[in-house]
Amino acid sequence: MNFDKELDASGLNCPLPILRTKKALAELTAGQVLKVIATDPGSVKDMQAFAKQTGNELLSSAEAGGKYQFFMKKK
Amino acid sequence: MSKKMAIIATKGTLDWAYPPLILASTAAALGYDVQVFCTFYGLQLLRKDTSGLKVSPLGNPGMPMKMPFGPKWFKDINWNIPNIVQASIPGYESLATTLMKMTIKNCGVATIDELRDLCVEAEVKFLACQMTVELFGFDHNQFIDNVEFVGAASFFEFAGETDICLYI
Repeated sequence: MNFDKELDASGLNCPLPILRTKKALAELTAGQVLKVIATDPGSVKDMQAFAKQTGNELLSSAEAGGKYQFFMKKK
Repeated sequence: MSKKMAIIATKGTLDWAYPPLILASTAAALGYDVQVFCTFYGLQLLRKDTSGLKVSPLGNPGMPMKMPFGPKWFKDINWNIPNIVQASIPGYESLATTLMKMTIKNCGVATIDELRDLCVEAEVKFLACQMTVELFGFDHNQFIDNVEFVGAASFFEFAGETDICLYI
């Protein structure tokens, strides 16, 4: 998937992945896509909850080799 | 109009400093308007120097005592030290605090200073209870900038309109 910015939140624990995601999204313009990599298992549900409450669109959420990968489209 | 959350923070230990700051920073990231009213020991959260925040295993049977270093088998040991022993060893609290800080770092959990900076950056408003500031003999310049010194009535002005209001 194409993306405009990448955020590596590996090794960070709640709530840092969400806070860093929020910050990274602020640097994008509407419609641009942010890729986030995280290792916190709680981030899977949290990213969904973040997207739902902020209106940003979670395009995909996947796990590979103990890491989680998200693509979020800015509102 | 954005949602609102108010928190009353009353605890002044390292472990209890986390819940208000985690919830405040996360709510702010979700677009909430957040105010944290710090009173009694919760004032410790607003001091420029947060090194006074310590964790005490004393009187806390829910706290596992594990070592943050060494091989896995060593880290997995739960050191079941009786409270009465903890109470009589000088420096026990400092040791527990040092070990807790190491664990926090190892787990990728933010430090209190880091979380508080994120809150300030996200425009979380910190209020300090003026009555307890005086009660404990604090000086306004011991606290971080942008703290507002207010009374209970000011808290209610905001709290009365919130969607979430927590006492921690």
